Amino acid sequence: MAVAQTEGASPAALQPGPALDTFPKLLLDRARRHGDRPAMREKELGIWQSWSWAAAAREVEDFATGLAGLGFRRGDKLGIAGDNRPRLYWAMTAAQCLGGVPVPVYQDSVAAEMEFVLAHAEVRFILAEDQEQVDKLLSIRERLPLLEAIVYDDPRGMRHYAYPFLHAFDAVQERGRRFAAANPDFLAGEIAKGKGADLAIMVYTSGTTGQPKGVMLTFDNVIIMARSAIASEGLREDDEVLAYLPMAWVGDHVFSFAQSYCAGFCVSCPESGATVMIDLKELGPTYFFAPPRIWENILTQVMIRMEDAAWLKRELFRYFLGVARRAGSRILGKETVPLKDRLLYAIGDVLVYGPLRNALGMSRIRLAYTAGEAIGPDIFTFYRSLGVNIKQLYGMTECSVFLCIQPDGAVKPDAVGTPVPGVEIKIAENGEVLYRSPGVFAGYYKNLAATAEAKRPDGWVHSGDAGFLGADGHLRIVDRAKDVGKLKDGTLFAPKFIENKLKFFPWIKEAVAFGAERAFAAALINVDADAVRNWAERAGITYGSYQELAGLEPVYDLVADCVDQVNRDLASEPHLAGSQIRRFLILHKELDADDGELTRTRKVRRAFIAERFAPLVDALYSGAMSAQIDSEVTFEDGRTGRLKAELKIRDAKPMPAPAPAAQPAA
Amino acid sequence: MKRIGQPILKADHISLSFGGVKALADISLEIRAHEILAIIGPNGAGKTSMLNVINGFYHPQEGTITWKGATRRRMRPHQAAEQGIARTFQNVALFRGMTTLDNIMTGRLLRMNRNFLWQALHWGPALKEELAHRAFAERIIDFLEIQAIRKIPVGQLPYGLQKRVELGRALAMEPELLLLDEPMAGMNVEEKEDMSRFVLDVNDEFGTTIALIEHDMGVVMDISDRVVVLDYGRKIADGPPEVVRTDRDVIDAYLGVPHEG
Repeated sequence: MAVAQTEGASPAALQPGPALDTFPKLLLDRARRHGDRPAMREKELGIWQSWSWAAAAREVEDFATGLAGLGFRRGDKLGIAGDNRPRLYWAMTAAQCLGGVPVPVYQDSVAAEMEFVLAHAEVRFILAEDQEQVDKLLSIRERLPLLEAIVYDDPRGMRHYAYPFLHAFDAVQERGRRFAAANPDFLAGEIAKGKGADLAIMVYTSGTTGQPKGVMLTFDNVIIMARSAIASEGLREDDEVLAYLPMAWVGDHVFSFAQSYCAGFCVSCPESGATVMIDLKELGPTYFFAPPRIWENILTQVMIRMEDAAWLKRELFRYFLGVARRAGSRILGKETVPLKDRLLYAIGDVLVYGPLRNALGMSRIRLAYTAGEAIGPDIFTFYRSLGVNIKQLYGMTECSVFLCIQPDGAVKPDAVGTPVPGVEIKIAENGEVLYRSPGVFAGYYKNLAATAEAKRPDGWVHSGDAGFLGADGHLRIVDRAKDVGKLKDGTLFAPKFIENKLKFFPWIKEAVAFGAERAFAAALINVDADAVRNWAERAGITYGSYQELAGLEPVYDLVADCVDQVNRDLASEPHLAGSQIRRFLILHKELDADDGELTRTRKVRRAFIAERFAPLVDALYSGAMSAQIDSEVTFEDGRTGRLKAELKIRDAKPMPAPAPAAQPAA
Repeated sequence: MKRIGQPILKADHISLSFGGVKALADISLEIRAHEILAIIGPNGAGKTSMLNVINGFYHPQEGTITWKGATRRRMRPHQAAEQGIARTFQNVALFRGMTTLDNIMTGRLLRMNRNFLWQALHWGPALKEELAHRAFAERIIDFLEIQAIRKIPVGQLPYGLQKRVELGRALAMEPELLLLDEPMAGMNVEEKEDMSRFVLDVNDEFGTTIALIEHDMGVVMDISDRVVVLDYGRKIADGPPEVVRTDRDVIDAYLGVPHEG
């Protein structure tokens, strides 16, 4: 069985020194050795305010002693509800100073969702950012009998709130200073009691099914993994980060908190949620992370703005984007590129890429991650071709974020990279990705059953994702494990993986792959109307309707080439070689959410389509060379009609596995 | 909780006509410190004329305005502005080519002591003064939560945000009395809720007295301490919202029921 582990840093080198095994200890160390360097920034009243590590340490100390004065004890949980603000980050460390555990909650969750987490975590103290959060907490306070105190950061609008359990952040710090004056050695003693094996944080996973689960992470989990990634990715003290993703997301905790403490870089908080893009541009971070959705939104905005630009700008943009597509990501990957392209790319960098990166606040990015779900290859390649070093990261809350990262110089759009030093990856019989790592969580809070299901006695953790390790050692994630099926002969069949590969081609808009419990894999394909029409016009092919266009022989040829290419890719992966597409047909209509074939977020509803187009699917497996379909369609104005068609079926050639010496298809 | 005080502005027996058209007929009303007063009435009832009289834009033929102890027939707009009366307009009256920040800075003009030559030099005391005013403008931007549009020309903003910027410019004058002419006209429900909250917050945080004209009865009933109703240039009701809403004359004026007997 394949086990992947990246060579390099030995596990011993990853162990934190005995002295610096908790965040409070790291903070004091930073304040002592690099006290003047900036630790945090926040834009306040239009001006970036900074706090040095020494100043941050004072803020943390005052709040920690203040919390102690309010009765916060070892093992207590501190709920944290609000946007990314320096004080909210400091409060995390303050709780840890006292042996407590911060529990960040999603700031935009409604009161009932908050109630579940706060009750489950048995939170006694909460720091809320502002009136909005306090109001939510007040509305559920009666159902949280353990809750003793609410501290708020921003006093605006709360002058008339006269509750004995409500405290201003400043007032708590003031109380802390008095407490410290009376007990000068208290805090140092509490910090010294902390050790790496203690709980550092509890993060509730959003939970697409059932109630959220509280993932318990220790200092060792978070600090060892943060350091491992810092070392392998080359993060430095002078890096800049914008903290704008929810504090309750483990990624923010690692990128904007843990790695800052370990590497010493400065973390900046935006002025407000609405100003993130403006602040990004002003700050110019060097280290940046965003889920695919955000990368996609930024790209869309660029494209829209370019459509409105003057023709010279638009043509320049179009031309140099072509150059970038050809050469950009290869230059970034340090591959060989013809001299002409290199020169053109250099000109493009001055005229187009540089100004564009600057407008997006990405001029200084050395390292950017996308994580959370699969990113469209087009989007991914767009940023890389502009010279933005965006890489995919694969991981989850339960392993302290890091499992795999695409290594510099070997970024493959279809893979999530190689294991981060310290992580071992193994693929189970059923295709599920298993891992072992120093970052593996302590357990789900008060949920032994779920813990036992994920953490098995043999030490391997079940990720719930299906994937495989390629011959190149890179992990490829295929699907959620429960969606992956098998062909009749037992070959692994991953529908989404095949569909995504097909959709990679501009001619193909949607694809639906079938194969589970069948003899071979087959696909229904939807051509992209705009792209194929454009192609047909240029090729001088005439047609009437979409239906006619989709049935043309040359269009079938076009798609057949795409299918061959996908088969070639599949052939190069021993696990999936058997699930090559043997037969396909092109649908006569575009799959549409109005007809229930797609979800509103444009994901294909495989089961529904299998039912609606059952005659077509049967024909694919019957050996017939054509199939008839009579289906109902809904027009945009809501009327329905019937659409009859006779569709051709094509056989596709299975590709042989490449000879070992041959270059695997990228 | 709320500390409504003595009347700070008194209008006595105001009459205003344009040629033969009588816009205001013998209207007397007072505005009390720290209250939110709503002036309502059907179209053409004289609401905007009344605000214009208060801030000196119109000069009534009869009657007097008493503001800060001084009683006068004619208030001039710049006097009103200098003495702490600020207003917004029914149709947004911003400098469309200027940014949000610059528009709000214009509200600070009356409080700038250095003349324009100094300001053109942008050095020494003038620079120091500008920084202080900029800091004040930033507090308003923070208060109204318009950081994201700080540097965008207001002409490019949606209408609801322009209204908010206009409120910001009025607030930049640090007014004692703020006159708002239909602050929520043309807004959707969500924008109205936001604006209502800002009006309440201004009143609560800064103690600013507010007189506003509004057509949305839901908003009026929710946020005002007192309501004055005008109809055909006459005042037909004056009292707390819950009393005014059941007043026979008011209902008739709004529904257009002919008076009987």
